[in-house]
Amino acid sequence: MNPLQTLRVALRALVRNKMRSFLTTLGVVIGVSAVIAMVAIGDGAKARVEATFAAMGSNMLIVLPGTSSAGGAMGGFGSMPTVTWDDLQAIQTEIPTVRAAAPQLRANAQVMSEEQNWGTQVLGTSPEYFQIRTWPVAMGSLLTQSDVDSGTKVAVIGQTVADKLFGQNSNPTGQPIRIKNIPFTVVGVLSKKGQSQWGQDYDDIVVVPFTTFQQKIKGGLKNYIEGSVAVSATSADSTTRAESQIRALLRDRHRLPLGADDDFSIRNLSEIASAQQEGTRTLTTLLAAIAAVSLLVGGIGIMNIMLVSVTERTREIGLRMAVGAKPGDIRLQFLVEALALAITGGLIGVALGVFGAWRLATSFGWQVLYRPDVIAIAVGFSGLVGVVFGLYPAHKASRLDPITALRFE
Amino acid sequence: MPRPPLIEFQNIAKVYAMGDVEVHALRGVSLTIEQGDFAAIMGASGSGKSTLMNIIGLLDRPTGGAYLLEGEDVSRLSTERLAEVRNRTIGFVFQSFNLLSRTTALENVELPLLYAGAGGAERRRRAAASLERVGLGSRSDHHPNQMSGGQQQRVAIARALVTEPRVILADEPTGNLDSRTSVEVMQLFQELGRSGITVVLVTHEPDIAQYASRVIQMRDGRVISDERQEPKVAVVPAWTEGDEKEAP
Repeated sequence: MNPLQTLRVALRALVRNKMRSFLTTLGVVIGVSAVIAMVAIGDGAKARVEATFAAMGSNMLIVLPGTSSAGGAMGGFGSMPTVTWDDLQAIQTEIPTVRAAAPQLRANAQVMSEEQNWGTQVLGTSPEYFQIRTWPVAMGSLLTQSDVDSGTKVAVIGQTVADKLFGQNSNPTGQPIRIKNIPFTVVGVLSKKGQSQWGQDYDDIVVVPFTTFQQKIKGGLKNYIEGSVAVSATSADSTTRAESQIRALLRDRHRLPLGADDDFSIRNLSEIASAQQEGTRTLTTLLAAIAAVSLLVGGIGIMNIMLVSVTERTREIGLRMAVGAKPGDIRLQFLVEALALAITGGLIGVALGVFGAWRLATSFGWQVLYRPDVIAIAVGFSGLVGVVFGLYPAHKASRLDPITALRFE
Repeated sequence: MPRPPLIEFQNIAKVYAMGDVEVHALRGVSLTIEQGDFAAIMGASGSGKSTLMNIIGLLDRPTGGAYLLEGEDVSRLSTERLAEVRNRTIGFVFQSFNLLSRTTALENVELPLLYAGAGGAERRRRAAASLERVGLGSRSDHHPNQMSGGQQQRVAIARALVTEPRVILADEPTGNLDSRTSVEVMQLFQELGRSGITVVLVTHEPDIAQYASRVIQMRDGRVISDERQEPKVAVVPAWTEGDEKEAP
């Protein structure tokens, strides 16, 4: 018999018992749809975490100065400036795993346009900052090194600030604003970045050169950075190395003896991101494992029904052998039946899983991500389940003695 | 060189091991069946007639002796080869018809051709011709449960004929039929015999055996008599489809 005929004979046998065939595939349907839905939802959650951290900045580290202690009252991180401008220079030039570093000086200030005013955060930094945060402009241009060198009174403003001061869909480029009553010129508007995970609005910000910041907005110490340093490593893999290299460099520069505490601290945002991703990945793996178990149970269901079917159709098998079927023909027929059940179940499962994930996602506001490889693997695996669990019943059928089989009541 | 006989048994023996006990089903049977014979094998249950039938039909292998089918020794062939020879040479008719349920008459008749590797169009054409031959051309799309016992057995005979076998083996073909339908089936066998097909029939009913041209009696695994006879001509009152179950 050629394969096509075998398939037709098998399908006809399944169609003859529609209800039973349907119930048999149900196990595989549930298994596959669970795998597809779980992985789609899990991947969606992972993509969302990735997007959130990508908004914060790529491969980002933050160096915070040390703590102050005055009369036993310990200040928080950054309360005492310990990191110098020379330290920043050294981080930028001496560490190969560092792509860029920028100071972050912050102050809250009232900002005014000709019509409106708005209380916001002013950030003094260098042009590298935008590279570290992967933050391009929507309109105009970014700060330049010459702005920093000459302390120009220019500002790049966030989308929220632009909306508040100039109204929606305006172009504030070239417009004057006053920060703490000091006139600045808007040179660019940053692209929209949205909210942080904690609801903080990234776009509610005015960015000025740090030199201008020190001179006009908030003066301070000459040598020390009164704020933090944002650092981006060359790649996601090198953030941990960059962290330890920065630590060694700063300890050396600050002449900290062995065993003494750091007088600064380093936050590795990539680590937080990967920890979060790890969390969702673990959950996805766990859910997929549960789904895989249900697929296995589905396979056992197929085996069970195939065994019943072999017993029930003993006379049919005997007859087929009497009219010329070889044991191999019989084995193939039952194997193809099991395979057809499993694959059909798999395909229905894919449809159900895709639909189910979409349905859950829309009702709970989740994000879903369908991966073709996962779908292919799920269908392939259900086929494998069919073959593995169909093998024994098929073998049993092929080993029947036609004489006994024909007499079977 | 003369043609070898269709079936030649040379001192065939069959011993089953049932636990520690050996059961001698056949104790040295030698017989030849020629092309065109219509032989009835008779005997009480346990006489070995079913075993003989199974060996002729290549469903079973003898434990002793040689079985020459068209001159070829088939007693030591592999299961696969037996299936091929069986498909080509032998057509089975059973007491309980053994038709596939929820399958049309045509598809039932096609079944042996499926294993012979015939293509779809050829299968349908030959199956339809075979159904025509047993007088059921108009019933090809009926399912077994829509047919009478006699019609079902004729579908089974069509199935046995479809591969154009050398031998039809019928195991109690009238066991589940009433006497009138039995005569119809025997008439069909006699027609097949006239067209050159060899028919071997196993029965324990003497009335059925009298339609055969040769009666082989068995007892305790041996042939005790083998006689040719003038067969009784099977005559059925002319029937029309649908009323065959009525009393004559």
